[in-house]
Amino acid sequence: MRPFEWIEAASSAEVTAAGATTVADAMVMTNGHRKVSDPTVVKAGGIDLLDLMKEELLQPRRIVNLRGIAGLDKIAGQEGGRLRLGALATVAQLAVDPLVRPYAALADAARNAASPQIRNVATLGGNLLQRPRCWYFRSVHHHCVRKGGETCFAFGGENQYHAIFDHRGCAIVHPSTLATALVAFDARIELTDAAEAKRETALEEFFVLPTRDPHRENDLRAGEIVSAVLLPKLAAGARSAHLKQAEKESFDWPIADVAVVLEADAQGLCRRASVVLGAAAPVPHRARSAGGGAARQAAQ
Amino acid sequence: MSDATTQQEKFPFGIASVSIGEIERRVPPGEAPPLPPNNRLAFIGKSVPRFDARAKVTGASRFTVDVKLPGMLHGRLLRSPHPNARIVSIDTSAAERHPGVRAVHVVTDIVGRAVEQVPETDPPQPNGVRLPRALYAGAPIAAVAAVTPDAAAAALALIKVEYEVLPFVVDLEEARDPNAPVVFRSAVAGSGFAGGVAAGAEVAQQGNVRGPSRIGTRGDVTKGFAEAEVTVEGEYRTQVQTHCCMETHAAVADWHADGLTVYLSTQFTAGVRNELAAAFGLPRNRVRVLVDAMGGGFGSKSGAGTYVRAAIALSRAAGAPVRVVHDRHEEQVDSGNRPATFQRLKIGAHRDGRLSAISLYTYGTAGTATGAGVGNFAQATYECSNFDSEQYDVFINAGPACAMRGPGNTPGAFALEQAVDELAEKLNLDPLALRDRIDASPVRREERRIGAERIGWSRRHTPGADTGTIRRGIGVAQSLWGANVQTNASCEVRLMRDGSVELRSSVQDIGTGIRTVLAQVVAEELGLTPQAITLRIGDTDFPAGPPSYGSRTTASITPPARNAAYKIKQKLLEVAAPKLGVAAGALDLRDGRVFVRAEPARGLSFREAAALLRTDAISAFASRSDDYGGFRRAMGDAALAQNDLGGVQFAQVAVDTETGIIRVERVVAVQDCGRPINPEQIESQVQGGVLMGLSYALYEDRILDRPTGHVLNADLEHYKIAGPRETPEIDVVVLENYQGESATDAYGIAEPANIATAPAIANAVYNAIGVRLRQLPMTPAAVLAALGRAPYGG
Repeated sequence: MRPFEWIEAASSAEVTAAGATTVADAMVMTNGHRKVSDPTVVKAGGIDLLDLMKEELLQPRRIVNLRGIAGLDKIAGQEGGRLRLGALATVAQLAVDPLVRPYAALADAARNAASPQIRNVATLGGNLLQRPRCWYFRSVHHHCVRKGGETCFAFGGENQYHAIFDHRGCAIVHPSTLATALVAFDARIELTDAAEAKRETALEEFFVLPTRDPHRENDLRAGEIVSAVLLPKLAAGARSAHLKQAEKESFDWPIADVAVVLEADAQGLCRRASVVLGAAAPVPHRARSAGGGAARQAAQ
Repeated sequence: MSDATTQQEKFPFGIASVSIGEIERRVPPGEAPPLPPNNRLAFIGKSVPRFDARAKVTGASRFTVDVKLPGMLHGRLLRSPHPNARIVSIDTSAAERHPGVRAVHVVTDIVGRAVEQVPETDPPQPNGVRLPRALYAGAPIAAVAAVTPDAAAAALALIKVEYEVLPFVVDLEEARDPNAPVVFRSAVAGSGFAGGVAAGAEVAQQGNVRGPSRIGTRGDVTKGFAEAEVTVEGEYRTQVQTHCCMETHAAVADWHADGLTVYLSTQFTAGVRNELAAAFGLPRNRVRVLVDAMGGGFGSKSGAGTYVRAAIALSRAAGAPVRVVHDRHEEQVDSGNRPATFQRLKIGAHRDGRLSAISLYTYGTAGTATGAGVGNFAQATYECSNFDSEQYDVFINAGPACAMRGPGNTPGAFALEQAVDELAEKLNLDPLALRDRIDASPVRREERRIGAERIGWSRRHTPGADTGTIRRGIGVAQSLWGANVQTNASCEVRLMRDGSVELRSSVQDIGTGIRTVLAQVVAEELGLTPQAITLRIGDTDFPAGPPSYGSRTTASITPPARNAAYKIKQKLLEVAAPKLGVAAGALDLRDGRVFVRAEPARGLSFREAAALLRTDAISAFASRSDDYGGFRRAMGDAALAQNDLGGVQFAQVAVDTETGIIRVERVVAVQDCGRPINPEQIESQVQGGVLMGLSYALYEDRILDRPTGHVLNADLEHYKIAGPRETPEIDVVVLENYQGESATDAYGIAEPANIATAPAIANAVYNAIGVRLRQLPMTPAAVLAALGRAPYGG
């Protein structure tokens, strides 16, 4: 690991003042030239950042620690029945928080992610922004398209853990199982910039397919931080579940995961089904026909 | 052994759960008297809590990675980014000038890979040195020692290497093609580094294919198959498994005016001492190798690898101690592995089950090493007078394999034990009944009996009879492993005048608890508690102990420990005799006392007796005698005991036919190791063997990228290992099997505990779903494919 400078930020303004770039931009190198030289990046739980730095895939000049920003880890109900999940809430918190419990798919996903040690440190924001686990992307010996190279090595290579949908240009799968559940709930993501200005967008649209830009998995801009994720009020009678299927149960990435949210009417009939597949595509993949089918079938 | 110097003694003989009789053996002079069965002993055979348990769980144990010496530098290795390349030139000048750098070393000798018989003919470097080709991605090229790990890493990036990149091959099948790029340009000398099959130097080699070895071939298989009434034939594939030691390979080398001291995570301090003395031109008495606590070896830490030599060269150049510790990538890529194998196995049998012929054809790859054969498992497990084997090594551009827990026999058992299961079904025999007919060992028979009872074999359904999504099954498999003994194994027991006792030997504790075992043996002989014995081991300044590989530590070092303690006992009784007014022969030791056997109330405390010593301390030395019944075979410093070790394991699995996930619910492991000295520690080793076998069966697989030649899962994320949630209930039974062969009659357990697990699981999976999986690891995708449910809707 290379030496770096450490900055404790007390507000998001300080993050921008430090000139923070996104981790994605900090990792892009084209024709031998880095997109950003001597990058400054932000750190929440630091789980993925530390991994990338140990592997020397990312060599930041400065790290801005967000953990000192007050209130960013709060989980609280809002007017109108929305639930606001602070970006620094840990995965372990999401698994047990009583306000999250009605969103069973999310609590399930949080409970089954990574290992207890990681869940205690990893944050919601970091989990959504973590880089893919593709072994070519994670190898210093493979300058793949996601890092600014020409090739997606998964094509013609070892791709048993890669995408089966929407993999044109790059076959990563999105690594976040929380994202699978959150997209199924139509969650929105809140981003805060230097001027403390907030923008909010549907989480599903926040994620970026390789055909749009192979260098990043999301629409985070330089100087922005994820400040919260907002869950819409649950419809009465809504039920949800998340299943993660890995090759082994202890500390493994899914080979497939799925979140299903069903909304029923007063008669108990399913009116709406939201089905999202994880570990299947470069972004959480909405299974539209399955969702539509489930609702139709139930309606009949 | 019937010359006048030996004497006839009677020893307990037989399996405790069957019946214990007696056997007469001629015993050489100086041996401690026959030891009664465990139920008549105070400490041997008892689960004395391991001495280092508290230190281990509190983090107090000092591993090699914890060693810090004053002025110690940090060494890092530069590794090849190419799977096959010639080093045209190497320029280390910028690295040498980097701040904090104290030494740079260019690797000229690579340890562990096969050696070409015709020396490499690439042009030498300007300084006349010929550099070895980098034969795999991750091969060591150079090393740097600096004041911090970061400075060393930064300096590595400053070493300029000009590579001539050469074609490579990393796929076992592709490498067999006569037109494939060749890994070695001339024939290599082979001696079975990976331990599967030892084939001599004169074996033929064409392209990347070397062989065959025809180990074990006997009788006439053509005739045997002609006589066969039933035959089974199958093809089996096993993957590369890596050792995954929790403590990665680690060395701290200190070259000083008096010689060389190396702190090393090693399975064989004495062997490494000899190896390094030769490599660095030092007399053996000026090389000292030490290891305190050790985080696993499993065969991969038997010698002094390239990284150790680099650490020493850097220390010599820098004039300071140098620490080199592999990171996890290096550990996965360049610290050895279990070879991948292909096996075609054919068995012919008579209607009554007797085997008429076994034919085994194998090829496998140990990367850039030799020895990818499948051991002697098919040849030695069951009675069959016609056996034919043809085993080949295939070279690929990958890190050299080395011995790994039950080398050869572990992949070998995966094939043979499934084939025997298949044969039983064809013969309409219960798999255990067939084994009762073809396995002459009374020990295995008893193990089958006990295991069948504990797993509930009688409720086993016919293969594939279970229905529903989750299908359960039970399977069985056997293990076989030679009982190795190191005859070059010795120790010293010392008694001080204050009554303190210590044992000294270079034997190392690989993590299995030999300290506690040795204390039990010495305490038993001296009538003290095990806690009263101080263990000074893992240091070549003490008498040479055995290696901890080949499951031989306990078998090799406990008899000399008991014999040395016995000599101390005799000396102490002689000193105490005049004081008690009786002959020494009338005295004995027990409960910390010297007492008159005929009048137990009369005596002295052990301390009082020790105070009568003429000198501050007395010492007794003993080395491993031959087994009393003689060895089957002696080979230099080592020998093979008459009776093999083994075990029978039963697995119960649940197979999800929708996801293809196999869950192992229960394993019953019935094992033997002669006389058990510490049952709990043995049980612990058996659990480890089962877990490693389960992990091999279902998860582990080193993945090499065919297009680029790199290991893609050189980490513990994508290289998958069983974790807590994959751990089944493991029921361990250890036989007491008395043979009257040595002063302790104890043998090893490590490897036999690993061999049977994967085939037991495979046979259980077959019993569950009625389809046989002949390839490891048995992944969900493999299960679905076997069930005709291809993962992607096919």
